[in-house]
Amino acid sequence: MDGGVGYVDMDALKATELRLGLPGSDPPEKPPPTTTTTARPTKRSLDEDRAARREPSEGGRATSTRATKAQVVGWPPIRSYRKNSFQAMKAAAEAAGLYVKVSMDGAPYLRKIDLEVYKGYKELREALEDMFKCFEGCKGSEYAITYEDKDGDLMLVGDVPWEMFTSSCKKLRIIRGAEAIRGLGSSQ
Amino acid sequence: MTYFPEEVVEHIVDFLGSHRDRNAVSTVCKAWYQVERLSRRNVFVGNCYAIRPERVMARFPWMKSLSVKGKPHFADFNLVPYDWGGFAQPWIEAAARGCPCLEELRLKRMVVTDDDLELLARSFPNFKSLVLVSCEGFSTDGLAAIATYCRGLRELDLQENEVEDHGCQWLSCFPDSCTSLVSLNFACLKGEINANALERLVARCPDLRSLKLNRAISVESLNRILARAPHLVDLGTGSMTVNHHTEAYHRLINTFLRCKSLRSLSGFWDASSCCLQAVYPVCVNLAALNLSYAPAIQGDDLIKLICLCFRLQKLWVLDCIGDKGLAAVASSCKDLQELRVFPSDIYGAGTTAVTEEGLVAISSGCPKLNSLLYFCYQMTNTALVTVAKNCPHFTRFRLCILDPGKPDPVTNQPLDEGFGAIVRSCKNLRRLSLSGLLTDKVFLYIGMHAEHLEMLSIAFAGDSDKGMVYVLNGCKNLRKLEIRDCPFGDDALLKDVTKYETMRSLWMSSCDVTLRGCRALAAKMPSLNVEIINESDEADEFQENLSDLHKVEKLYVYRTVAGGRTDAPDFVWIL
Repeated sequence: MDGGVGYVDMDALKATELRLGLPGSDPPEKPPPTTTTTARPTKRSLDEDRAARREPSEGGRATSTRATKAQVVGWPPIRSYRKNSFQAMKAAAEAAGLYVKVSMDGAPYLRKIDLEVYKGYKELREALEDMFKCFEGCKGSEYAITYEDKDGDLMLVGDVPWEMFTSSCKKLRIIRGAEAIRGLGSSQ
Repeated sequence: MTYFPEEVVEHIVDFLGSHRDRNAVSTVCKAWYQVERLSRRNVFVGNCYAIRPERVMARFPWMKSLSVKGKPHFADFNLVPYDWGGFAQPWIEAAARGCPCLEELRLKRMVVTDDDLELLARSFPNFKSLVLVSCEGFSTDGLAAIATYCRGLRELDLQENEVEDHGCQWLSCFPDSCTSLVSLNFACLKGEINANALERLVARCPDLRSLKLNRAISVESLNRILARAPHLVDLGTGSMTVNHHTEAYHRLINTFLRCKSLRSLSGFWDASSCCLQAVYPVCVNLAALNLSYAPAIQGDDLIKLICLCFRLQKLWVLDCIGDKGLAAVASSCKDLQELRVFPSDIYGAGTTAVTEEGLVAISSGCPKLNSLLYFCYQMTNTALVTVAKNCPHFTRFRLCILDPGKPDPVTNQPLDEGFGAIVRSCKNLRRLSLSGLLTDKVFLYIGMHAEHLEMLSIAFAGDSDKGMVYVLNGCKNLRKLEIRDCPFGDDALLKDVTKYETMRSLWMSSCDVTLRGCRALAAKMPSLNVEIINESDEADEFQENLSDLHKVEKLYVYRTVAGGRTDAPDFVWIL
């Protein structure tokens, strides 16, 4: 028996939904409207404009919300040329990067780092230490940083020149404890 | 005085360079007016609608250099609709007819078409210099015409224009006989460039001193260009994407080593920190550095680079330099005179940005600072008072707190006292932009102390009409006043209508002025053009039915001897 008057079978409802497309295919979800970034400030009606404008100057002078701020035409006062350049630059910056996964023995989850950010091994080591220090049982426990190269072999980080390393590193793995000590032999 | 023979007056007037001095001289008597007008070589028109082009050409037939400005300043921030006006055509046409010996043309915020550029190129045999700033309406085809027909061209300087890309052939249009280029700036062009043509052009112009490349120029090309032009004084680097330890990078270092004359650097669009070392050799000589289009250069690398430039006088950076970075700059760049800090993250959450601390640090380390543009997340009164004490030489002070109407975060007070300190201390202040929470008091201070203020920009400030009146009454040298989103209405607008005749222009948008007030102003002052820009759709339909109490969206008032303009679009009403 069905669950009563108030019960609505969502599947059944969906099945009766009128929409374009073959039965069984789902249309892509409409993305939620963004309130933050707008490449070009859009024209707003006079009242909307005043409402947003009044907010900061009326009553308790509450600072405007981020959404309101983003919609205020011509604010901040930056030349359109510069604003448009920023959009392009931001897109380019986000597209670049050499991201590799970093796993650490015993850590519940992996991390990802952008190798292009670091200038050399020293910086990389410091960054990894920083990233994983919350997982170290006791300070000073031995560990070795290794990486998987293009051929799938597990290599010790530090043997080859930095550029060669960044171009061949597929993922990083931090080995801890006895295994690391055994493998290290003479210190790097 | 009138007994001086004309030759003597002419000789004396020849020494006068500034427009103001010459304008003053020309009002003494008819004879002096004549002498002056025939000897004026540089003509500056601050508002293209203040006077008809024909009158300018008739008055100054021997002018060699003409500079014209079009749209109001707030057009930079999308507050003026696209087709509002500011057309270069009538100016170029009139000059072609009346002043054939024109050599230089400088246009700012105007609409320039390809036809205009072609007419320009063909009409002036001695044409030497074209500077276009924040203009639009033309394409690379127009540039091709300039390149083709302007024999003896010395300067082509395109600053932040919107240029349509119709291909890269324009650069090849410079004939082989063109060897006179001194300055070439095409940094704002978005399209590809014929690198070969550029390299050959640079090679045959031995006097080239300023070259600003666009993003399309590769590092390999930059290398070759610099090798041919080691005497460059001013360089815009183009994209500057180069990998550490590659051959191109090593060559770049060597190339820069030979550029001993470089004093100004800009560009760096895609540059990452690792390629900065290539420019270290030139840092000690740099007087100007613009990194405001280089978001990838951050942190220690950014600071290290700037601190090597200890002779720096002008620095433009992004706010990712942070307060600590600015403190480092303050301890290294003691000769700094101009600083601009732009926001790198306009819409998102605040990343590393600058606050009042950075500004205070700069002020205490760089007492020669006289020009500032500072975008920050917050500012305090204490900080501004300190800055005012440390740097009394400000001539331009523009502070933009990104959150409109934000108070002093420590005291929760308005920033009246802080800005008050600035105007009291900086006796030579000519330009001021305010932001943050401000009451009428700040305008009282400005009216009382900012004697030499010429341009004032106000946004989201003030409590009542009194604020605007303080400014109009007090600032005797005010030339441009631009106001947005302030509670100033008709009473303030109409308090002293003759004041606007002493100013170039007044802009008010999203304020409380009504149609009635604007009509009254227009009726009282026929020497002013009172323009109302009304873009909302209702206005079109109910134009006649709009009550006098309808609040005006955008008001632009300017003095003029040209009468109402005939090229205004539908949404601009000239009362």
